[in-house]
Amino acid sequence: MNRILKHREILLFGIIAILVAGFSSRAPGFAAPRNLAGIFNDTSILIILALGQMAVILTKSIDLSVAANLAFTGMAVAMLNAAHPELPLAVLIVIAIGIGAFLGAINGLFVWKVGIPPIVVTLGTLTIYRGMAFVLSGGGWVNAHQMTPVFLNTPRHVFLGLPILGWAAVVIVVLIYIMMNRTFFGRALYASGGNPTAAVYAGIDVGRTRFFAFVLSGALAGLCGYLWVSRYAVAYVDIAAGFELDSIAACVIGGISTLGGIGTVVGTVLGALFLGVIKNALPVINISPFWQMAISGAVIILAVIFNARQEKRRGRIILRDKAAKTYQEATV
Amino acid sequence: MSAVQEKRHIPDRLGTSFTRLFSSWEVLLLAVAIAIFIANSFASPYFLNVWNLSDATFNFTEKAMIAFAMALLIISGEIDLSVAAIIALASTAMGAAAQIGIDTPGLVCIGISVGLLAGAFNGFLVAGLGLPSIVVTIGTMSLFRGISYIVLGDQAYGNYPESFAYFGQGYVFWVFSFEFVLFILCAIAFAVLLHATSFGRRVYAIGNNAFAARFSGIPVERVKFILFLLTGLMSGVAAVCLTSRLGSTRPSIAQGWELEIVTMVVLGGVSILGGSGTIGGVVIAAFVMGLVTFGLGLLNVPGIVMSIFIGLLLIITISLPIIIRRIKPGKSA
Repeated sequence: MNRILKHREILLFGIIAILVAGFSSRAPGFAAPRNLAGIFNDTSILIILALGQMAVILTKSIDLSVAANLAFTGMAVAMLNAAHPELPLAVLIVIAIGIGAFLGAINGLFVWKVGIPPIVVTLGTLTIYRGMAFVLSGGGWVNAHQMTPVFLNTPRHVFLGLPILGWAAVVIVVLIYIMMNRTFFGRALYASGGNPTAAVYAGIDVGRTRFFAFVLSGALAGLCGYLWVSRYAVAYVDIAAGFELDSIAACVIGGISTLGGIGTVVGTVLGALFLGVIKNALPVINISPFWQMAISGAVIILAVIFNARQEKRRGRIILRDKAAKTYQEATV
Repeated sequence: MSAVQEKRHIPDRLGTSFTRLFSSWEVLLLAVAIAIFIANSFASPYFLNVWNLSDATFNFTEKAMIAFAMALLIISGEIDLSVAAIIALASTAMGAAAQIGIDTPGLVCIGISVGLLAGAFNGFLVAGLGLPSIVVTIGTMSLFRGISYIVLGDQAYGNYPESFAYFGQGYVFWVFSFEFVLFILCAIAFAVLLHATSFGRRVYAIGNNAFAARFSGIPVERVKFILFLLTGLMSGVAAVCLTSRLGSTRPSIAQGWELEIVTMVVLGGVSILGGSGTIGGVVIAAFVMGLVTFGLGLLNVPGIVMSIFIGLLLIITISLPIIIRRIKPGKSA
């Protein structure tokens, strides 16, 4: 099983490498380290968001509200920065993560304590959070000249050839990697999605694990809210509209099974990078950026077909259904 | 809980038909609809005007047509998030056809056929290849709308023939628009299909236990394929109506409708887990959402704030019965 998973990530890495090589044959300089660093930097926000989404999907849930969470939090910290320029950046970042985690906790509570399916909860909060961003701002914009230079420039500051934004993604990837592979919570995420009944017998509270997965996803979305606003130097209600689908796409391409329990951090990062490479390559090889949406759609479908092939080979579906049933009986 | 276990008596009838009727989801929802109606007529003097009310129906008729098909799909345990993208694709195809001078009947055929084709593609991926519908339709949603973007970019199609405007702007008689009449006809057709045919029974059976359904001789995959086809068809019909009403096509047409349509279905009492729900509930939910949007619109509430109410409505209506059931554990049915 480990070999297949490893195989998949190598495969995906190979595809990305071939893509980069192909693009650079059409446009010399595409594979230059500076350009690759630029692509990574450009994909950083998607990587961070996708890692939160991964934690949620691993537990057999889905978080459709991440982009709306990002928009609300981004608006909130941008307005706070405009109104109180004296607040240090660190405080604003902590506030962003806090607001994001709080919004994620609302999702998690409804899933855990009320027992509403995650897709319904986050479908509702998706519209609510974005609506709240409108209520908060009155439909107005926060523009670059209203933000403090520190707020705007910190993520752009280049350190060892990569902007701080990119380094933030690197740090998050490492932290999440350690969390998934070396902590109880990480194991619990896999267990509660892979086999809920066994997870209960192993002393894992499946509901609470789901709750914290949503909190994590929300916290990362909150952080992305600040990063997004400072990167694009503007905050308005519709920022990152539809971005939740990109985060899900990154996960699916990276081999995260939407049935829960299967997937890795490396896969998710590669899935996000795959989308990032395509997005950055289109203008370079003179294809209209309007092609991007259709291409990522086609890639998602192919990735799902590919994922299903691999899961079928292991014959896990029957086992899982049976397990899910016993889990439900156990909770009643 | 232990008291319930001691009582092993099973009554012949589950309460009188009256108490069951009044505790049903549809009646609860109808009460909400009436309350909103009354509140609206007090809140704004312009509410109780037949023409205003007739205009208000355009808020939900197109979405509701798709919601009926979506209800069947969700009852069977699947979902289609690509419906709004199918509208965009069908509308783009009609726009392209209108540019080369194809007349109204041809445009309608093209719109509906594109819807059917897109539905068939979804159906093939889900029923044929056995893929999870939620991810597949996120993919096709991106693909279908992406094709619209490739064709149109930042351009728009206009110049539809004059007779084409009837579907979205015409009235059958008095205040009853073509769309509203079509909405009623679709509601009846889907209600009959779901509640009075063996096909409808099969949909419920699949949603409750696809495995058992297969052992009862139900062609599960074929039924699911037909449901995706139906959803594509209704998306095509909605595309005809919407394009005709707007008179132009942009690739961003009907953006975000898939979420509103799913909200309408779930608000209508269809379980997102499949296996239960009625068309009547979806019809009432369509009216509730239409009334909320229209009433708040008359009060000059911006559209995005209305979406907060819709979101709250969705979460509250679903969690309230669950919470109430938990507070009164003795009365669990």
